Amino acid sequence: MSAPLGDFPGGLKLPGHKKRSTQGPIRKTPISKQLVLPLQQHIGAAAGPIVEVGDKVLKGQRIARAEGHVSVCLHAPSSGVITAIGDHAIPHPSGLSAPCITIETDGEDRWIDRQQIKDFRQHSAHELRQIIRDAGIVGLGGAGFPSFIKLNPGVHHSVETLLINGAECEPYISCDDMLMRERADGILDGVEIMLFALRASRCILAIEDNKPEAIAAMRYALSSRSHLSQTEIVVVPTRYPTGGEKQLIQVVTKKQVPTNKLPIDIGIVCHNPGTAYAVGRAILHGEPLISRVVTVTGTDVTHAGNFETLFGTPIKDLLAFCETRRQPDEPFIQGGPMMGYSLAGDDLPITKTANCILVGVDDVAPPAQPLPCIRCGDCADVCPASLLPQQLYWYSRAKDFDQTRDYNLFDCIECGCCDYVCPSKIPLVSYFRFAKTEIMNQERERHKSDLARQRHESRLERLEREAQEKEERQRQRKAALAATKAAKAKEEDSINTAEAADSVTEEKA
Amino acid sequence: MPIFRLSPPFLAGANRVTLQMLQVLVALIPAVIAMTFYFGPGVLINVTLAVSVALITEALMLKLRNRPLKPFLSDGSAAVTAVLLALAIPPLSPWWMTVIGVTFAIVFAKHLYGGLGYNPFNPAMIGYVLLLVSFPLEMTTWLPVQSLADQPMGWMSALQLIFTGQFNGLGIDAYSGATPLDAMKTQIVLQQHPEFISSQAMFGMAGGLGWEWINIWFALGGIWLIYRKVISWHVPVAMILALLIISSITTLIDSSISGSPLFHLLSGGTMLGAFFIATDPVSGSTTLKGRIVFGAGVGILTYVIRIWGGYPDGVAFAVILMNMLVPLIDYYTQPRVYGGAAR
Repeated sequence: MSAPLGDFPGGLKLPGHKKRSTQGPIRKTPISKQLVLPLQQHIGAAAGPIVEVGDKVLKGQRIARAEGHVSVCLHAPSSGVITAIGDHAIPHPSGLSAPCITIETDGEDRWIDRQQIKDFRQHSAHELRQIIRDAGIVGLGGAGFPSFIKLNPGVHHSVETLLINGAECEPYISCDDMLMRERADGILDGVEIMLFALRASRCILAIEDNKPEAIAAMRYALSSRSHLSQTEIVVVPTRYPTGGEKQLIQVVTKKQVPTNKLPIDIGIVCHNPGTAYAVGRAILHGEPLISRVVTVTGTDVTHAGNFETLFGTPIKDLLAFCETRRQPDEPFIQGGPMMGYSLAGDDLPITKTANCILVGVDDVAPPAQPLPCIRCGDCADVCPASLLPQQLYWYSRAKDFDQTRDYNLFDCIECGCCDYVCPSKIPLVSYFRFAKTEIMNQERERHKSDLARQRHESRLERLEREAQEKEERQRQRKAALAATKAAKAKEEDSINTAEAADSVTEEKA
Repeated sequence: MPIFRLSPPFLAGANRVTLQMLQVLVALIPAVIAMTFYFGPGVLINVTLAVSVALITEALMLKLRNRPLKPFLSDGSAAVTAVLLALAIPPLSPWWMTVIGVTFAIVFAKHLYGGLGYNPFNPAMIGYVLLLVSFPLEMTTWLPVQSLADQPMGWMSALQLIFTGQFNGLGIDAYSGATPLDAMKTQIVLQQHPEFISSQAMFGMAGGLGWEWINIWFALGGIWLIYRKVISWHVPVAMILALLIISSITTLIDSSISGSPLFHLLSGGTMLGAFFIATDPVSGSTTLKGRIVFGAGVGILTYVIRIWGGYPDGVAFAVILMNMLVPLIDYYTQPRVYGGAAR
């Protein structure tokens, strides 16, 4: 049944370092005293709070609603009292604060009434999407895009394939691996609902071959669901970045997503196994998304593993639970070692997109002074998008942004392969991010100035039009006046003549 | 406490410029030993002198340009340039020629363009070409291989000849002779048939006596570099194939104007050029297709210069001419980007 796999150019064989966190089962992180929930844990508009300070909330109770289309709701991860609604530090590379809801937990962990749907096929796809949206589900692979949007094929597309991305190619991270090992059935529950919502004909569950346990568990779970005959598990070679959406699509289907298009344009929708699991929980069990599995690992972690953690749990609590050799204020990494970001300070909450907390990396990249580029081309050899990073670097550095676009800067997926192999240790991805940001800023500025110019031009036009109209009115008025004057004069004339005639007649008389 | 950079990726590969340059130097060792075996210790004296001058010049230039000494002196690029130049010039070149060539290569061809990574031309070849056009006599007086020499070459004689120009009252010309490539070229002009020429004592099985082995050792060193992923196969393979094809065609059409294809592969600077000079990443093409075009261009131009040009060997000019075309080649050989239209 399985077709031969495709391949993508470049990529790296990286040491996985995953064993460290896969030795034990998924454990539950204890409920923290305080949970801090950023209103924006997803791509799109921040959720709007619907509770007030002092309100008592139950586990799973909605505390913020979706604002606008690209947005999702937010729920209390445990029962307690709202103690604050305001700015709090968030886990973002900028180190900025953002609006958050703080809950003081009561330890009772009392659920709200859960609306369970036993047979989701009795509902329309639209209803299911609405429930998924209300459950606050976003892509748990790391990007955090609202999932209900990606479960809507819309009127212009038909989805052939639902691709579940269980590649998890980045070193150290193992949360999807463990989830697939332990909750394969739950993932398949979600897959069924997703297939139904998308009206997709088949599902491919792609897993890298370094996860034999997960593959076996998923195969076993699948074997007992005869109605999922169009679902297959595809084992893909372990290579970074196979888990990149576009790369995985290329490996599994041999198709490429055209530039500036989405996978759905070629009939494919990609979801993370964690997202599928969350969808299943939301529909079948009525549980909104209030926790996720987080990998805590690294050279400085004593009890590395995977932890089912409530959102809002302070990272310091999670790290304390795992015991680390980390010094206070020592930076750590959220996400993987290739695409994650470093965070300083640990009074930051676990959010929906926190797949991994990494404390201490084995082959750490020191903050080296980069040498000049020697154009060796190693970066181009490993680029999975077939870009020429050395040329992009050259033009980014020179701030020649037109050229960077010409060299397809925006096709860069920022996987970091080029940085990894660069013999001169140039932070290439940082340059590319800089160039992208600059271009987007310029575009925004240009858009703004375009608007201003348009506004100015239409104002000038309006003024001119008004002046013309005024002139026109004046002219008309003058003309009218002249006409009346002329008429009057004529009248007077005729009166005069009449008078003259009268006088003549009088004289005659 | 792990100290890492503030931006991803936080993992680092083992690849280093210094490591690459060191491997290039290691890959040259067998050929250097072979050259010393065939042409005497003058080869080693040249290499030592060239590397010393290169490091001193590099340090001075870095100082003048206010660049940090340590990272750039230890990158090994100056040493590679020096060794390549030293291996390209005659084994008994007067010391001042080596000094001029290396200094020019480091100062003009490298640092005046911005130093490591910014030179549009291969510095070693620029130094070589400067010497070739300035001192044509000295540059074309090679040594016969030791087994054919009247006077065996020892350390003392080599040192004295290089630094004073004479030994036991004899000048360099008493020791020197033409290279097989040179002999082939001049005798073809004298209407001799290549087959007859290559039956002379200075020719070996296919190339020049000794030269063929030197070329083979350069090639083996280069293959090791490919295996170590320091260089890619594209340039050497393209250059060798292009040279093979064009010389075969010429030989088939008129065998009286050119030595055999194998003679061209194993003579002069072919293998040194293919694996060590045309593969210089800085001045070469960076795209895969571009490297094939670049290598093929070097191969064809080398042959054209050897047969129809004024010099017995053409690798240096061929490389420099192709260096000029690199921006153009790179622009037109961009790979098709993921999801993009074909270029």
